[in-house]
Amino acid sequence: MESLDQISRRIQDAVPGVRVEIVPNDTPAAQPSLVISSEHALAVAKFLKDDPQLQFDYASNVTGVDWLDSVIKTKGKVKKIVDGEEKEVEETVETKRPGYLEAVYHFYSMRLKHGPVVIRQRTGNRSDQNHLTSLTPIWRGCEFQEREVYDLYGVVFDGHPDLRRILMWEGFKHYPMRKDYVPPDDFEYEPTPHDDVLARAKTHSAK
Amino acid sequence: MSVETETPAGKSYSVLPKTAPDGSIDGELLEVAMGPQHPSTHGVFRMDVVLDGETVVRLKPVFGYLHRNHEQIGESTSYLGSMPYTDRLDYFCSLTNNWAYALTVEKLAGLQPPERAEYIRVITAELTRLVNHTCLAGFLLMDMGALGTPLMYAFRERERILDLFEALTGARMMCNYMRFGGCRVDLPLGWIEDARKVVDEYSQFLDEFENLLNTNEILVARTQNVGVLPPELAVNASITGPMLRASGVDYDIRKVDKYGIYDRFEFRVPLGDHGDVYDRYMVRVLEMRESLKILQKALADIPAGPIMDPKAKIRGFRPKPGESYGRIEGPKGELGFYVISDGGPNPYRYRVRPPSLINLTILEDMCIGQTVADVVVILGSVDIVLGEVDR
Repeated sequence: MESLDQISRRIQDAVPGVRVEIVPNDTPAAQPSLVISSEHALAVAKFLKDDPQLQFDYASNVTGVDWLDSVIKTKGKVKKIVDGEEKEVEETVETKRPGYLEAVYHFYSMRLKHGPVVIRQRTGNRSDQNHLTSLTPIWRGCEFQEREVYDLYGVVFDGHPDLRRILMWEGFKHYPMRKDYVPPDDFEYEPTPHDDVLARAKTHSAK
Repeated sequence: MSVETETPAGKSYSVLPKTAPDGSIDGELLEVAMGPQHPSTHGVFRMDVVLDGETVVRLKPVFGYLHRNHEQIGESTSYLGSMPYTDRLDYFCSLTNNWAYALTVEKLAGLQPPERAEYIRVITAELTRLVNHTCLAGFLLMDMGALGTPLMYAFRERERILDLFEALTGARMMCNYMRFGGCRVDLPLGWIEDARKVVDEYSQFLDEFENLLNTNEILVARTQNVGVLPPELAVNASITGPMLRASGVDYDIRKVDKYGIYDRFEFRVPLGDHGDVYDRYMVRVLEMRESLKILQKALADIPAGPIMDPKAKIRGFRPKPGESYGRIEGPKGELGFYVISDGGPNPYRYRVRPPSLINLTILEDMCIGQTVADVVVILGSVDIVLGEVDR
């Protein structure tokens, strides 16, 4: 299989306007991935599936990841005036990274027996810009797994033929796999609640 | 006229008008909830079926009755803490589940199990495959109405293998045996001889079993040309395992990835050419024969030596930040684990790729146009375990 650099270059040639970024993976697993812009995802998917040297005809795994707001610390040298002299001082610069949701796809080729190539799509944020492009029109195998990502993470896949909750029930409000999800405290049913269960039942019913 | 029956559990069925192409009402369709308590669903699984007489017009699978958010539990415990819980995914195949998870974390942390451990893994995984395929054949026959006999034969043989697992791991089904970089305990004295005896006698049982079933008139009539799955659709819908190979696609991860030490064994990959339920049954039976070959070679070749990678850390196991996706050829299909590490003691993301859930994607396509009785058989041939589907 071609290296990920080559694939990313060829994606940029084939799909004009696409933003591709390589996420390195330093672990011994050595599975770096490509972040592609969501609005071009369908064209990239078509390219990956139809290109004669790649032929990724098999969408093995689709999953979501929740990245919370975080602060990234990077060390850098900053010029500062200390005691009237200009000096280079090492300082840690804190940059805020807003949180986002991510859909991760692992593609293999059954015909050429190679893979995986890891493709990621990222949402704008974790609340209102939670739309991504569904790849179910290209690979049927994404259907249930994208539904699962929608169910557990709250990513809305545009173009999915049947986007409903799959593991939780219809009418469930939350997204239980998100990192800031707090499980409800009324799951513990007791016919005659007492002590701390009673206290919890009271606080819950007061909400 | 629409008749609706209200039961305490909700509607059990309803009658819908059936429209002709010109828009006029042309008879009635029956919408039935098959499951979650239907015995043929192998657990708690529901199919919302719309029937035109006996024929299936629409079918929507409904899951989640056994959902316990396995992945979130895995993210709130240590890496090793999830190992016993993987047993409960597909409770027929705990040892292959262990292996898939161990393989993924070994990729992430750069561990290499010693040779003896790799042999033990192959032996236990192939024994697990025997257990799974034997039981599946029994269940499939039971779904067709052969109440008891084939299943009891299958369970009799399964029990002998479970005895081996119990001697090795201390548990019949919830083995919790593999560790990152090796296995938990070494083989007990005399275990290899016992295993060899079981393996040698297994082919005799398979002869008997095949003799009883392969040309059985009822089996043939109920399974041939039922639930046909074309190969293009199977690949596109990410179907894996014996179901894919029954449609004629040569894709066995043991051959493709050669994980562990599978490149040292010679075995064939049985393929079907019709993609119907009968082929799925036959592919599994033939796979068992190939597993026996692998087992005989592995039991003869297994070397002495350590069973744990000395680099493996049991306490304070914190892999470097990064991610890894590992997969094995489970008895039901591609069982994958996807783990993201942020350098902490718990995985940041822990994902299971369940083969039985994804194999259900094309259940509707296979069932449309078939009768209700065939739905039961087709579902049986998909080979689902709800512990894994719902997670």
